[in-house]
Amino acid sequence: MSERTFDVVGTRPVRHDGVDKVTGRAAYGADANWPGMLHGALLRSPHAHARIVSIDTSAAEAMPGVKAVLVGAELPDTNASISLGEAAIELRDMSHSMLARTKVVYHGQAVAAVAATTLDIAKEAASKIVVTYDVLRPVLTVDEALAPGAPILHDDLVTKGAAIGPKTNTNLAARYEFKRGDLDAGFDAADVVVEREFRTPTVHQGYIEPHACIARCGEDGRAVVWATTQGPFVVRDASAAIAGLDPAHVKVVPSEIGGGFGGKIVVYLEPIALALSRKAHRPVKMVMTRDEVFRATGPTSGTKTHVKIGAKRDGTIVAAKVSLWYEAGAFRGSPVGAGAMCALAPYRIPNFFIEAHDVVVNKPKVAAYRAPGSPMAMFAVESVVDELARELKMDPIDLRLKNAVDEGDQAAYGPKFGPIGLKTLLRAAKTHPHWSAPLGPNQGRGFALGFWFNGGMNSAATVTLGADGSAAVVTGNPDIGGTRAAQAMMVAEELGIDVDRVRPSVGDTDTAGYTDVTGGSRVCFATGMAVINAAAEVREELKRRAAKIWNVSPDAVAWEKGRVIPPTGAKETKSGADAQPMSVAQVAAKMTHTGGPIVGRASLYAPMAGPGFGGHICDVEVDPETGRSRIVRYTALQDVGKAVHPSYVEGQMQGGAAQGIGWALNEEYVYNRDGVMENAGFLDYRMPVASDLPFIDTVIIEVANPLHPYGVRGVGEVPIVPPLGAVANAMRSATGVRFTQLPMSPPRVLEHIAAREAVAVGA
Amino acid sequence: MAIVHLPSGLAQFTGGVESVAIDAPRIADMLAELRRRFPQLADQLDDIAVAVDGDIYADPGYQPLRADSDVHLVPRIAGG
Repeated sequence: MSERTFDVVGTRPVRHDGVDKVTGRAAYGADANWPGMLHGALLRSPHAHARIVSIDTSAAEAMPGVKAVLVGAELPDTNASISLGEAAIELRDMSHSMLARTKVVYHGQAVAAVAATTLDIAKEAASKIVVTYDVLRPVLTVDEALAPGAPILHDDLVTKGAAIGPKTNTNLAARYEFKRGDLDAGFDAADVVVEREFRTPTVHQGYIEPHACIARCGEDGRAVVWATTQGPFVVRDASAAIAGLDPAHVKVVPSEIGGGFGGKIVVYLEPIALALSRKAHRPVKMVMTRDEVFRATGPTSGTKTHVKIGAKRDGTIVAAKVSLWYEAGAFRGSPVGAGAMCALAPYRIPNFFIEAHDVVVNKPKVAAYRAPGSPMAMFAVESVVDELARELKMDPIDLRLKNAVDEGDQAAYGPKFGPIGLKTLLRAAKTHPHWSAPLGPNQGRGFALGFWFNGGMNSAATVTLGADGSAAVVTGNPDIGGTRAAQAMMVAEELGIDVDRVRPSVGDTDTAGYTDVTGGSRVCFATGMAVINAAAEVREELKRRAAKIWNVSPDAVAWEKGRVIPPTGAKETKSGADAQPMSVAQVAAKMTHTGGPIVGRASLYAPMAGPGFGGHICDVEVDPETGRSRIVRYTALQDVGKAVHPSYVEGQMQGGAAQGIGWALNEEYVYNRDGVMENAGFLDYRMPVASDLPFIDTVIIEVANPLHPYGVRGVGEVPIVPPLGAVANAMRSATGVRFTQLPMSPPRVLEHIAAREAVAVGA
Repeated sequence: MAIVHLPSGLAQFTGGVESVAIDAPRIADMLAELRRRFPQLADQLDDIAVAVDGDIYADPGYQPLRADSDVHLVPRIAGG
């Protein structure tokens, strides 16, 4: 593991799919066009909350070119759920969210679908569908949703985890609680207590590629779907259940994917395209506009968090209370449970109480977004820890180091940590030149931590050896972050061949073994282990084949850096000379005469193991006249276990930091009173672009994960967690204002600076 | 026997019990025993994750428990 030396792992080869992607040859979701294809369009609700009184589709059906019209009542209802490995998807909710039945619960929810010979005809036909609504008052925040007398979204909603007794007629979908020690005694023993309330807005993952698919359902019920997705097996199982098809008859082919970040785990279009195709007997293509992506796919939760932390004068944290309320959108299932589990994860605190609330509101059902639930909770906690450091006049990294968890400590969410790199990371941050560099005028510096569990789950892999000694590796994980290259490197490492002679592929649901989604920071860890095991099986088979060639026992054949080594005394069959070591290619060339094709297969279920910590240092400069802030320097540190391809690990760290900075400074869904999003486009929903950010420096910490043969930990999610707190703490340093509400956009910054100055003048 | 710890939010379904010693060879046997001892807890266990000696099983099943395993029930987590 950590002592192992590597030949390929840790190097930076060019990715196998790179040229196709930069030249435009790679085929994404909207790139497929099939013979006889129709185009699908959706009619969406103009109301955020309303009962559907009637739907009249006759005018649409009468239009020339229209081949099928679909309403929600035509889809079967199901109470089934499917496992994502990490969490279950309630298919009834998913089905109702993508095509409403008797009620609409967010603006933009689809109420009918049309398939026609052109997209223009489909859109026009959809506009001719007449829907009569009984409009209801929407609730848009957790406070509105939980207020006495609030409109109720779902009459049958029951609060999960609430006290025994009546739990209906509520928008509170679930409640969780964790505690340890004696909270009151802990706060009584504290010398300093800091308490704040924080709010974060609804934000979107902002993947560049909109949702898109094409589906063909034959008269025999056999279907093929091409889709941009993080999980082709989820698309297969969910689409079949929602459209009323046998999953045994559905094949899903994943396209290349232009970003997902959790937002392409669930399905929005595929079951509708299948149902339309079944009615029209022709393939149906559906592609969302950016406006539809914003209004009708899952962002992450708007939140409210209350944090109170107490510490002794020497910096020892003795008590913490964290209360979280997360918007789930219109159907249950916010990531508030994960938020509760992450909130205090970096710290060893003897007395704490954490409560978490999942609240339905009239917004799109939230979807996963990179470390779902953690950034908002840790923004609040890391802001309070920063204030605590100020009160105690301690260096904020020293305060964290004093209270940081280590191997053997019990996490706030329950189990004990194995080997983790948090303290190593904090020491690296403290000694990094960035931490002690001088600041300019109107500049401030902040530091914050982030935590994520990192996923495991189901993975399978097949490695096939060619007669020329090259290899192909197939898994079922769409490649978002360079996982094909990483998997090829693992095969090359195990077989001792050149990484350029390994062909990594993403299989469809008929050709790859069942594999859970590309998400949860699980692919390089869990699917990587399956790849390593499959390659190891090939290696063992090569030894057996060599044993046949040399007519010796397989146990007598050794392996050394891509070569089989004969035992002393082994002879060449033809010449009788001493047998010589053979390369992979030399053994592979004889496969026909030694037993046929050489194939390695592996499958596994990996637990969530190898949690990850990150720490970010941020320098911000604030223009006091405009409120505009600019990130002038940024350093991301993270314990990654072992970086298989360091460039892609760094890319994940930089990408997560960029998304988190956007979340901190500018991004938010802006709703009007009627629950209509008013900034559903990239012009008004301001994500950072390259020119907004400095080079994001990275420091890779490698504390090996003992459950992976190379020591790998998940990487992709941790880096979006620290930026919210790091930027807020830098803003505090630059302006003297503790911002408790995101985004820290110029108008809000200016307002707070003005308020601070007004207080100063008044004083 | 394995010591099974429940999040405090579930103690209302166990009469206040937050940890319990259970002799079970596998996670599934442990969950079955919890359901038997605390019938009101049963519904809460349908979509729970189980951490065994630090490793979290999001889909708990027939994974083995050691006699001295440290077990925690935790909410299931969805990654992105």
